[in-house]
Parts: sequence; structure tokens; C-alpha cells
Amino acid sequence: MIDTLLIANRGEIACRVIETAQRMGLRTVAVYSEADRDAIHVRQADEAIFIGEAPARESYLRADRVIAAAKSCGAQAIHPGYGFLSENADFAEACENENLIFIGPPAEAIRAMGLKAEAKRRMEAAGIPVIPGEHSEADDDISLSKAAERIGYPLLVKAIAGGGGKGMRRVDSQEDLAAALQAARHEAESSFGDNRLLIEKWLGRSRHIEVQVFADSQGDVVHLFERDCSVQRRHQKVVEEAPAPNMPESLRQAMCEAAISATRAINYRGAGTIEFLVDISQGIDNAPFYFMEMNTRLQVEHRVTEAITGVDLVEWQIRVAAGEPLPLKQEDLSIQGHSVEVRVYAEDPARRYLPQTGTLVRHRPPATNENIKVDNSVDEGDSVTIHYDPMISKLITHHKTREDTLRHLGSALEQYQIAGVTTNLSLLHSIARHPSFLASSVDTSFLTEHEATLVSGESRFEEELIALACSTFLEQRKAASYPLESADKFSPWAKTDCFRLNDDGFEVLHLKNKKDDIDIRTHFTKDAITLAFGDGAFVVRDIDVRDNKVSATINGVQIEAFYARQEDRFFLMRNASHLTLNIRKEKAFTDIESSAEGKIRAPMPGKVTSVSVQNDQKVKRGQALLTLEAMKMEHTLKAPLDGTVTHFKAEIGQQVEENEVLLIVE
Amino acid sequence: METTIDVKSDEFLANAEYMRDLVENLRVKQAQIAEGGSLRAVKKHVSRGKLLPRERIRQLLDPGTPFIEFSALAGDGLYEDNVPAGGIITGIGSISGRECVVICNDATVKGGTFYPITVKKQLRAQEIALENRLPCIYLVDSGGAHLPSQADVFPDKHHFGRSFYNQANMSSEGIPQIALVMGSCTAGGAYVPAMCDESIIVKNQGTIFLGGPPLVKAATGEEVSAEELGGADVHTRMSGVADHLAMNDEHALSIARTIVSHTAYSKKVSLPIREPVPPPYDPEELLGIVPQDTRKPYDVREVITRIVDGGEFDEFKKFYGESLVTAFAHLHGYPVGIVANNGTLFSESALKGAHFIELCCQRGIPLIFLQNITGFMVGKKYEQAGIAKDGAKLVAAVACAKVPKFTVIIGGSFGAGNYGMCGRAYSPRLLFMWPNARISVMGGEQAAHVLATVRRDSAEAEGANWPEDEQTQFMNEIRTQYEHEGHPYYASARLWDDGIIDPRDTRRVLALGISASLNAPIQETSFGVFRM
Repeated sequence: MIDTLLIANRGEIACRVIETAQRMGLRTVAVYSEADRDAIHVRQADEAIFIGEAPARESYLRADRVIAAAKSCGAQAIHPGYGFLSENADFAEACENENLIFIGPPAEAIRAMGLKAEAKRRMEAAGIPVIPGEHSEADDDISLSKAAERIGYPLLVKAIAGGGGKGMRRVDSQEDLAAALQAARHEAESSFGDNRLLIEKWLGRSRHIEVQVFADSQGDVVHLFERDCSVQRRHQKVVEEAPAPNMPESLRQAMCEAAISATRAINYRGAGTIEFLVDISQGIDNAPFYFMEMNTRLQVEHRVTEAITGVDLVEWQIRVAAGEPLPLKQEDLSIQGHSVEVRVYAEDPARRYLPQTGTLVRHRPPATNENIKVDNSVDEGDSVTIHYDPMISKLITHHKTREDTLRHLGSALEQYQIAGVTTNLSLLHSIARHPSFLASSVDTSFLTEHEATLVSGESRFEEELIALACSTFLEQRKAASYPLESADKFSPWAKTDCFRLNDDGFEVLHLKNKKDDIDIRTHFTKDAITLAFGDGAFVVRDIDVRDNKVSATINGVQIEAFYARQEDRFFLMRNASHLTLNIRKEKAFTDIESSAEGKIRAPMPGKVTSVSVQNDQKVKRGQALLTLEAMKMEHTLKAPLDGTVTHFKAEIGQQVEENEVLLIVE
Repeated sequence: METTIDVKSDEFLANAEYMRDLVENLRVKQAQIAEGGSLRAVKKHVSRGKLLPRERIRQLLDPGTPFIEFSALAGDGLYEDNVPAGGIITGIGSISGRECVVICNDATVKGGTFYPITVKKQLRAQEIALENRLPCIYLVDSGGAHLPSQADVFPDKHHFGRSFYNQANMSSEGIPQIALVMGSCTAGGAYVPAMCDESIIVKNQGTIFLGGPPLVKAATGEEVSAEELGGADVHTRMSGVADHLAMNDEHALSIARTIVSHTAYSKKVSLPIREPVPPPYDPEELLGIVPQDTRKPYDVREVITRIVDGGEFDEFKKFYGESLVTAFAHLHGYPVGIVANNGTLFSESALKGAHFIELCCQRGIPLIFLQNITGFMVGKKYEQAGIAKDGAKLVAAVACAKVPKFTVIIGGSFGAGNYGMCGRAYSPRLLFMWPNARISVMGGEQAAHVLATVRRDSAEAEGANWPEDEQTQFMNEIRTQYEHEGHPYYASARLWDDGIIDPRDTRRVLALGISASLNAPIQETSFGVFRM
């Protein structure tokens, strides 16, 4: 019996597991690294155990420490979540050896699915369609060329150990094959230390559709229908939905049956996902599908399956791991409505999705209800660090139809308030509102093809948001203007509307957004403020700043946004468009020393005792020039700035007067 | 107070339009003045990397905070030369949270040289600094005395030398004196930074010397550049005449703000202060309340209620001497005593005013005078009842009162009424005029009649006849002269006031003035002998 569960993970998935485990009456124990002392999963668990330094390889990837932690707290089982140790067969084995239940498949199944070529061979053997290709051990150029003849062009050269597109080449004709193989081998070697290659048929337009399966130790296997994860950027899923849109029932059946066969073929147990690529170049009806890989763990996107089936997959995992049979039979499972998940990441889509780090000055996900679920990896005030996946949260909506679901998804995204780090919210919002995506299913090239328009969504309202940020700043400054520490408590001198006699006051606000310095000329008139910057002028009236919302009428249009402030940083959040503005401090002035006079004068009367430079010599600031002996002391005169020595006349032994110019550094 | 003003009446609307025109005219005039000297001079100034004087002030002040500029119209029409703002900008502003007097030369106006009005304006600013104990920040960029005017700027007690006398004495009283040398400080001008507690000099721009290169060459034959003679490096590294080296204007202004922040000062306030409550009526209505003709009576309470907190004021002796309204109120949270004309001053009104001033002095409450006065009542009955001695009581009370006094001339300011209502000679901390105001020894009409009578009498005494049309012409000339000389622009050009204000700003300007005045402890008053 399991009464204590250790969760060997962090972030939203740890919280997700804790949620179900606690509901099931289990004691939950979290593990944490140095960076996660105050992390959300530590706060939610009943207990938490420190397992090492911030880098994952020192903590969350340390099987020995995780197992020791489980032993020390008396846990009977370990839930690995996803990532980290979840698909580590050795870890699963180690757990078994320590009499700990690893909540996942047997080590053997993990191993079988771990290597691409191996997995594909086993699937092929089990009669599952795999992408035509050469998956044999023989990967020498001659064998691969022969296989290429058989498969036909275009085709794909891939690294066996590959991932992330590395070592991958599309080859359109036979003439290009040799060069592609050479390049791919080189890349595979340097990226993975393994230069083995395989080749596969190149699929045209295709969709990424995967099937959720579940098996118990009694040998029963069910599927929980499919998910469509075709919206991807560089092989990373961005939007996931269930069921797949426009899915012909016959195709669904065929794929789900294939998934079950695959699961049976490797004596699987627990939750798993079979990923397929569906070739839709001839349409979706009767589209061929091919096995890609099997994920032997709970997926990030499991929530959409839960939403449409009403099943708690974590509960099933725990029960099945404890030896219980599957709670439901295949015939008890059906699809209820439509669900979509988006992943909110701390990343900058405009800068090649560069991961972002920082403190979440604000993190207010949309309000949740039966149709909107949010799994948070962080709370307001927490930091997104360089150490782990920069996921902030997942937003999952569920409604009767896809149309309803996407509409709610869009408006839920508009409710998001995240300040402090750049996120992909605006991109997600653009996707959720994109006509092609709304209209029907999209294929895996959707995001790449529409990247430019999807990513630029952010800048659409930028100027209005800047104006609104300035308005907020001015309004807050006004409100905070009573100098409470002064005896003159309500001093009119502290009012900040630039009051002048018989003239409109104006000031220049010095701001900085992500890229540029912005100087905003601000004019105050009786009932409006005019902000001029760039090529535009914005007349602002009726500014209302309340709690974390600001509204104002800008050029006659009322605009509303959420805002957060951290000292001199302003964050404006409006319809998933987020803006960060910094109030620039008073101009910093050049170090006074660097403006030093180049004339080197004798500080007192004395005698030149040594000379280290000569005319036309280049010198660096701080470099010794000459020494003087005066008042029985040696004085070394140094260059006050970088430059060239001129007007140098002094000789060793020469007497110099106080303030006499000895040389000039120009 | 319940207003009886009908803001939709034709009269109100006409008055408001008239006043709005006056204010607009003033704004336009002031905008022209704010442009400074000639376009050429402005261009030259900017091309040297120097900020224009008003921009210097803006960057010196705490961001977004007010600036009460004094006498922007100074020097207007005074000389053949055009000397906008008298060549110097002065005023009160907040720097590092402390109210300071800023005195800023405008080098685009005749090289920032001191005309007589420039001297007068600088001395007035220093007087304000002294009375209110406000630090003086001198933004110096001046060629020194305007040499052709030397007789009117150099020798007398209240000429240029007085400025340094003031600096020394203010410093001795612990009122910080800080100079930013942002241009020339030649000859006498050199003493501005030299007499300061702390000074800043801008590299390649600021110079300080007693004699400039031309004078040195003439006197000793020595050839020397201005920078070598008295530049920033010389004075911050060798002579010690200046304390801080700034790379440019912005840097100098930033240093000045830091210096003020190190004055280790906290404002002490003896008055109980309430949270300010705005007046219930729109200050905009002030424009329509005042009749176009200054001789036309109106209830000054309608003005008071639009200036004081919540529109509330408690009258003292409401039913006695009714031509003077005396009342306690709060203005922007500060307790104030208000003395406001509501007709010609009679003996009773004068006695009431004197009594009220005594109360305010005893309690340490600042006084606000709202002047709209034709003068004291004349005639046998009143002279025999001793109106002169009662008027004297009011004048004496006003003269001796040591509480901060503020005067706003909201209408006429004629004759001894000006004295009794704290005119310029009675040292109000600040004195402002509304653009409709008139100031002269008596009204133009009155003066025309008086002078015509005297002339007619003397003509008749000599047996001559003074033709009617000549009399009319004579009187018209007098009227024109009085209208010209009684106009606020004429007054402000000569520094008879500290500026002309938009009536709608009255409350705000007074609040700023009172707040600034609280930097000086409110002194006890001892009155002289009141003639009984």
C-alpha cells in the first residue's frame, strides 16, 4: 500500500501530482534544489527534502539522492513527473532494487522506446506503420544509399541519437545524398558523440497526432483518444488539443488500435503516449500515419485528455503502480467536448525564443473555473531561473465545441497578467485568434509559416501602452506627492503637474523600453496631458489608476490595462500584449576622472629622479610617467587619462617648480 | 458659503469673456518674453552646448514640481533695449524637496548684463529668500553690469553691491548660497560664486575672473585665454574659487541638486495643518465674478469662497464695518486670516481690520489681503470723526504685523487704501495682481477731476478763463496717463508686484507662497502706538 509519495520533480507537474495525491489522502514529499527553497511545489507538498545544488545534474537528476530522500521520509513510491528521471531506465531499476515503486513503466519498456531506431524496429515488427526508412544496424553510406533507392526521394537523414533538429538533413535527390550524409554525420558526432544515422521518407504536410494509452499490470490496455500537437516551434509543442480537429472516426480508430498494439508489444504498464505523424498531403480522410516515438511517462499535455475524458491520469498512475486494475474499461471511455492547452513560457519569441529569466513582479493567471484550468510552475514573486525549463504555467480550457474552447482560450489569455519577464503570451494569443487556426486543423508547419505575423502581434499597441504607462506614472507620482515625512504634510510644492504661472507646464520623461531610450515631452494643460514621442502625440484624459488596473482616454479612445510596478519599472498588460518600461534615472555623468586635465604638473618643488616615457608615446590611464623626489619623498606621476605624451622636456636630475607643467597627455 | 452668482447670466458671461481675454493676452505676452533674447543670441547660446535658462531651471527643480516665477514682465517697455524678463529669471521652486529661490541669468538677453531692473529683480528675489529663509541658487551666466547704465546699477545702496551684501548676510544666517557658474562671471559678477557657500563651474563654459582677457591685456600686456584665466580647471584645481567641476549644464544642475540634498534641513511648521479641501465652486467662475469696470461693486465673499478650503470661512465682526470683510479660513490646509475690501474704507472698517490683524498676529496666523480699494472715505463728517487716525491704526497694524502677509490686488488699488491693505511698501511676502487690476495714487477719473479743479481754480484766481474743450482734453490726457501707468503690465515691469496671475491660480499661488513662508519661523509682533 502507498501512503507516502515522493515527487521527484518541480514546477507545475510536481504540483499537479501533489494535488491528486493529496486528494487521494497520501502524504506528499517534495524534493528541492538550492534554487527552489521557496518554490511553489515545496510550499504545496506536506514535506520537502533538500537534494542538492541548483543545476539539475546536482539535484533533480541525482537518482541516488532522490532515492535516499524517499527512503528517509518513508515513501513507498516515487512519481517522476516528466523530464528529469522520468524516462531513465536505470533509475526505474534502482527504485525497484530499493523496494520503491517507480510510478511509470518497467525499465525494460523505457529502454525499448529510448532509442529511435530500436523503437522503430520493434514497432515495425509489431505491425505498426513506421515512416519508411532504414532503421537497421547497418548505417554505412552504402547501406543507406541502397535504402534511399528503396524509399525514394525526398527523404530525411537523421541522427539515431538525435533530437532538436540536429544532424537532420532533407535530401531531394540522389546526387545530394553523399554530401548530406557527410554533413549529418559530422553534426551528429559533434552534437551527440554518436555519428550513427538513419534515413526516413520525407513527409509533406503532416500533423502531429498522438494517442494516450494506459496499461495495468493485469495486461489490460486502454487508449484515451488522441491529442493534436501540430502547433510546434522547432519540435517544441506550443498548443495541444484533444480531440484532434476534423478527425475522421475511422482514422481515430485505426490510430488508437495501433497505439494499443504498440503498447502491448512492449509489455507496457502505466501511462504512455504514442506519437504519430499523419501525412495529410492527400487530405485527412484515409491519411497514412506513421509511428514516431513513444513517451513512456505522463505528458505535459495530459490535461487536455483529462478534460475530455474526465479521467485523472495521475490517480490512474498511482493506482496502477500500486497493482490495481485500470479503473475504467475502453467502452466506459468517451470524448466529452473539446479541450486546448497552451504553454506559457518565459521566452522571447521575437528573439528566436530565447529563454528569459527574472522575478515575476506580477503573476496573475486568469481566474479558473470548471472550464478554465491553470497549472502554475511559479507564483508571483518567484523567479524564473536559468537552471530549469522556463515554463511559467499551462492554461487549459474545455468547452463543448472547439469554437467555444478557442474563444474562451483567447479571452483567458487576455486576462493573464505577467510582469517581470518576457513571455510568449502575445504569441499564444495571436495563435488563438489566428483565422487559419480557428477555421480548422493546421499542420506542423503552421507556426513557422506564420511566424512573422504571429510574433509581431506584440508591437501593435505599443505606443498606446507607452502612453498609458506614462499616464500611470504621472498619476501615481501625483498621488504619492504629499511629502509625508515633512512637517508640511500636504505641501503644494510636491504636486507634480509642472505648474507654471500663465504657461502650460511641461517636462520630459526619460524612459527605456526593451530596446530604446524614449524621451517623452509631456505637456500639462488644465484637463489633459499631451505626451509627444516618436512621430505621435497622445492626448490623455481621465486617467484612473486603481489597484492594478489603469484606464485612460487616449486620443479619444478609452484604453484599459493591468499594470504592475517595481520601483522604476512599469509593466503594462493589455490583451496579452505586455510592455515593460523603465524610468531612466537622472543621467549618469561621465566619470570625472576620465575628463581629467591632461597637463601633468609638479605637485611641489622637486627633482626628477626617473623618466618612464617620451614624447609621442601612447600611455594608458594610471601608467607611471616620471618620478619626482621632493620633501624626501618619491612621487610617481601617473597618466590621468589614455593618450599620447607631448611637450615632455624634463630630464633626470632636473629641478622643477611647483605647478610647472612637465608634460601633457593628449 | 452659498453663492448668489448666476453663472448663466449675460453679465457673468460677459465678465468671464473679458477676463479670459485679459488672461490670454497675458499668456501670449509671457510666452513672447519666455523666448528670451534675439533668435541669433538664442542660437549662439544653444550652439555652445548650453541649455536655455528656463530649461536649466526645469532640470534643476524636482521633476514635475511647480515653479513660481517672479515678475516675468520685469523691464517690459522700460528701456529702448528690449530686456525680456529683465534679463534674469527668478522664482521659487523645489529642489531635492526643499523650496529654494532660483536666480538665473539669461545670457541671451544682452549677454546677461545687469540693467537697473535686473539688479532690482535680483535684490527682490534675495529679499524673498531672506524673509522666508529659502536657499538661493544662482545660475550665473552674465557679463556683469550693463556699463552704459552704470550710474543706475553700481553706486547706490540698492544697487549691484547689495547683492553680495545680501549673500554674506544670508549665509551668516544659515541660508545656503549656492552658485552654478554656467557662463561668464566677470568683474563684480565674479563675487556671486565667490560669495557663495558652495559653487559649481561648468568645464569649457564657466569662467570667473575679476578682469577678463581684454582688460588683462590692457592693464599688464599679458595675453591669456579665458579658460586659462578663470576656467573650470583653474578654479577647481588651482584657485579653489569653485568647489565642483561639472562636465556640462546637466551635470552642474545635478550637482546642485545633490548639494541642496546635503543641507541637512527639515522644515519645521508651527501651524496646525489640515488636509486640504478644494473649494466647492469651480475656480473658473472667478473669471465671471469680477465686473469689467473696477468701480462697480460686487461681493468679495464670492471670491473668498472660491479660494479657501471647502469654500468655508468664518467672518469676524460681520455686521460691523461691513466694507471690509475679515475672516478666518483654511487655504490648502493652512490656517489663514483674510482681509478683503468690500467697498470704501470707513473708520469702522479700518478699526475692524486693525483688530483682526492683531488677532492673527497674536495667534501666528498668516494674513491674506485681497485688495480692491478706492480709498478711505472723505468728507467733513468723516474727517471730523477722525478717519485719518483710524486709517492710521489699520496702516500701523499692517506695517507692524510680523506674520507672513500675502497681497493679491484683485481690482483697484488706490491711495491710502493701498497702504491699509498691505501694498508693496508694507512688505507682504509676495504680492500679485490680477490682470484686471489697476494701481495708482487715485483713480484716473478722480485724478482728472482733482487736477482739473486745481488748474481751473488757479486760472480763475488769475482771472483767466479755461475753455471747456481744453478742460476736456486736459482731463482725457490725465485719464490716459493714469490708465497707462495704473495698468498691471506697467506695474509689473517696474517690479511693483511679484507678478500678474490668472485669477484661477490664486488659491494655488497663495498656497505655494504660504508653504514657502513656513520655512521661516513666524515671529512675534509688537505693535507701536495706536493713535486713539
